[in-house]
Amino acid sequence: MRRHGFRRWLPRRYHNEIRDPARELFLFRKRLWLAGWLMLLMFGALLCRFFYLQVIAHQQYQTQAENNRIAVVPVGPSRGMISDRHGAVLAQSFSAYTLELTPSRIGNLDATLTRLGELVEITPRDLRRFRRAMEESRNFDSLPLRTKLSDEEVARFAVHKYRFPGVDIRARLYRQYPFGETASHVLGYIGRLNDRDIERLTGSGNLLNYKGTDHIGKIGIELSYESALHGIVGFDEVEVDALGRAVRSLTRVPPIPGDHLQLTIDMGLQRLAEQALGTANGAVVAIDPNNGEILAMASMPGFDPNLFVEGIDVASWDRLNTSPDKPLLNRSLRGAYPPGSTVKPFLALAALTSGRRTAENAINDAGYFDLSIGAGKVHRFRDQKNSGHGRVDMHKSIVESCDTYYYILASEIDIDDTARFLSQFDFGQKTGIDLEGEAVGVLASRAWKRERFSGPRYREEHRRWYLGDSVSAGIGQGYNSFTPLQLAHATATLANDGVSFRPHLVKRIIDGTTGQAKELPPEEVRRLELKPAHLTTIKKAMIDVNREGTAARIFKGAPYTSAGKTGTAQVFSLRGEKYIESQIKSHLRDHAWFIVYAPAEKPTIAIAVLVENGGFGARAAAPVARALLDYYLTGKRVAPVPPVGADDSGDWEE
Amino acid sequence: MSVRDKFFSFWASFTRHIDGPLMAIVLLLSAVGAVVLFSAVAPDTERFIQQMKSIGIAFVVMWIVANIPPHRLSQIALPLYVVGVLALVAVALFGITVNGSQRWLAIGGFRFQPSELLKLAVPLLLAWYFQKFEARLNFGNFLMALLLIALPAWLIRRQPDLGTALLVAVSGFYVLYLARLPWKAMLLMAATAVPLIWLFAHDYQKQRVLAFLDPGADPLRSGYHTLQASIAIGSGGVTGKGWLHGTQAHLDFLPERHTDFIFAVYSEEFGLVGNLVLLALYAALILRALMIANQASSLFGRLLAGTITLMLFTYTAVNMGMVSGILPVVGVPLPFVSYGGTAMLSLFICIGILMSVQTHRKLVET
Repeated sequence: MRRHGFRRWLPRRYHNEIRDPARELFLFRKRLWLAGWLMLLMFGALLCRFFYLQVIAHQQYQTQAENNRIAVVPVGPSRGMISDRHGAVLAQSFSAYTLELTPSRIGNLDATLTRLGELVEITPRDLRRFRRAMEESRNFDSLPLRTKLSDEEVARFAVHKYRFPGVDIRARLYRQYPFGETASHVLGYIGRLNDRDIERLTGSGNLLNYKGTDHIGKIGIELSYESALHGIVGFDEVEVDALGRAVRSLTRVPPIPGDHLQLTIDMGLQRLAEQALGTANGAVVAIDPNNGEILAMASMPGFDPNLFVEGIDVASWDRLNTSPDKPLLNRSLRGAYPPGSTVKPFLALAALTSGRRTAENAINDAGYFDLSIGAGKVHRFRDQKNSGHGRVDMHKSIVESCDTYYYILASEIDIDDTARFLSQFDFGQKTGIDLEGEAVGVLASRAWKRERFSGPRYREEHRRWYLGDSVSAGIGQGYNSFTPLQLAHATATLANDGVSFRPHLVKRIIDGTTGQAKELPPEEVRRLELKPAHLTTIKKAMIDVNREGTAARIFKGAPYTSAGKTGTAQVFSLRGEKYIESQIKSHLRDHAWFIVYAPAEKPTIAIAVLVENGGFGARAAAPVARALLDYYLTGKRVAPVPPVGADDSGDWEE
Repeated sequence: MSVRDKFFSFWASFTRHIDGPLMAIVLLLSAVGAVVLFSAVAPDTERFIQQMKSIGIAFVVMWIVANIPPHRLSQIALPLYVVGVLALVAVALFGITVNGSQRWLAIGGFRFQPSELLKLAVPLLLAWYFQKFEARLNFGNFLMALLLIALPAWLIRRQPDLGTALLVAVSGFYVLYLARLPWKAMLLMAATAVPLIWLFAHDYQKQRVLAFLDPGADPLRSGYHTLQASIAIGSGGVTGKGWLHGTQAHLDFLPERHTDFIFAVYSEEFGLVGNLVLLALYAALILRALMIANQASSLFGRLLAGTITLMLFTYTAVNMGMVSGILPVVGVPLPFVSYGGTAMLSLFICIGILMSVQTHRKLVET
């Protein structure tokens, strides 16, 4: 039979009209049992799979299940305390309740915030801070909304907690600076870890130690002693569910708290220094000459470090950052100013040491010094006192602060020799203080000038050192600029007969766990080769500055002997015109300097005071030093000497 | 007749259409299922109680179905199919859309998913159809059968619900296989089906298949289910972590742990030993069902029992395969164990049909 179309494609039996039930049953059973075998095969395959998963790869999956189940939660250590030399607490950590939100677990965030506001006070500032944190974080993080909840607020929220999934109360560590603005530049502050911090920690391999920490020292002691203050992270092993919520705690490695720091700062002196500076912009550094301990380090104006801990708000930041008074600048550490006449005792000492002068060598001061600048021309350098000081020896040059004496001296001494000598006092270089960000200042020399004016904008005539440069440097003008810390350090070195100690702010480090104190011994930097006779000459002159010289009025009646030197640093070049304070805008007025140490016989404190735009050093800066000395040496708190009117400025000429 | 005799005669008539071995296996499976479900939904017991109620109802329904002789069942095949297809059309026209799929019909206060009905209606209809044309089964009958499968499968697919459409098609295909569709035709069908399925598959379904091929590649997304299930099973080891002590299950790492992935819960807590026991129970169930199909007296009974056997196997193997990571993830529950009243009911209806085929055999033969 011919088959057509698709019929040809089918087996013959489908066209058979005659059927065989027995054969059909047989064929059905064949298919059924074929299916049966296939099913058995599949079950066998499943069995093999189970055997593989549960026997062969069991260990691996066991580990994975444990990794799923067990989470290691870092526990941040509590940050060490900072206190002053007498134990007054300057920075402390405390635990407080925070209201935290996990945005990923909250459906309607705005509604939740509104309802929360009915239970707990939430200020617009809290909200702003929260929104900013949200932008910066991944949304499964838990973010603080309100910090430092009161016990009552905690209780109120606890009752309603069930209404707020994704909102939790957590105990977090806070940093507090009880003295607020006082010593703010020394202490610095901590702030939230940012990307830069994390990058830096990654680089130094310390990131792991910050797993449980939100904050890090940003500036000041908080930054410089970060590693001691921070402590070592601990770990909690907890069983977690798939959403990462802790179900129960398994084991715990407790964190090791950070060490406490006891500073060399005397908070009474520090506070007095800041009060004495008052509204002026300025700096005070007080050092114990016998060991380099910094007793006070003030820079005004200051700031409240508490503002920075949880992230400063925009308005406060703008105020601090854009203020022309630069409250964020630590002037004692980072401000470099021309030293003015305060450099004279050091130059005199240099002259004695080099043998260029004896104490008795005298000049006749007519009120000016003419420097020949070639081709018959002269440049006239004027003394502050028009009529001149008459016969001036070294003692008188310091006591009366005679400029002409130093014009002549400077014109005779090579600037590189001067720089070499002054560098022994750490002028123009880092003192090595244990505080980050120390400025170097400028100690001018030929090499320095060449380097400074090496740019393509300058020509050889700019780079050359002129004798006139030396003459200016002779009265602390010109290129030289030193920080208040450098001047205090140098004064301390002078007071200590040339034995200098590294200035430092931390007296002892106290172990956060055992309470064991580790003293930081004074670190001698160097012993200057100075003849006792030379030192006596200089010191005598400085004692007479306060007794009968430029600062005599301020130190009248002091129950101790002190040795000082006033200084006035020009901000503004008058180009030969007479300086009349009342006619100069306040920000262009001269900076007032005063350096002092006391008691003169056996110094225990050396101070440098700088008052920006304060005018004459004796009037603006010396009273601050007097107040500090009275407090420190007699325990008396003396009201700062009131400023004197501009009319009698003649008395204050240097 | 004593009370005792009366009771025995009542018991004999009550259990006349209950197949003993099948009953025993199903009872054991349900018991295992109850134990696992208790753990899977712990500490909540509400769903456990709900499942127990469903099983109770399902037993009653099973008993009723078992007492209906196969020829009566074959009489409702066509009406059931027609109603089912009409319901699918109704779904397409005014069904309820949930999550982008139009699968449900609202009748009274109830939601009803007609596609579930077709899983049973299609094999029933085909068995009836082949029985009807038994004497002169020809190529046209097979074409017709294909059409009868394709129509509801297409309607379900466009809901869209590719998974159920496939299961309906597969159940129809099993009937064709048992009705001895030629091998060449079956190969041809398989060859056209695979690309067709891939074409119809959603991206997420394709993703699952790809994830299945390499589960570690993207552990937090497509492969997450499989990976966590493998971890659960593997960490169970030989003896398991003990009932209620599975960490993967109780700490929420296992997704869908009381429904499609319940086998992972079981496997984690009872280990390889437990798996062997469960596999043996399913093997016994399938073996018994195969025997019933083998002994069935009519073509209708044979085809229906055989198809039910293959479907029971398919659900079991596909579920275990997907949970243990040798098959892609498809939404197929584990028979008698996974939570779900509807699935439980359909399963027990199938068991009832098997019992009916088995116990009405002699009546027809004589």
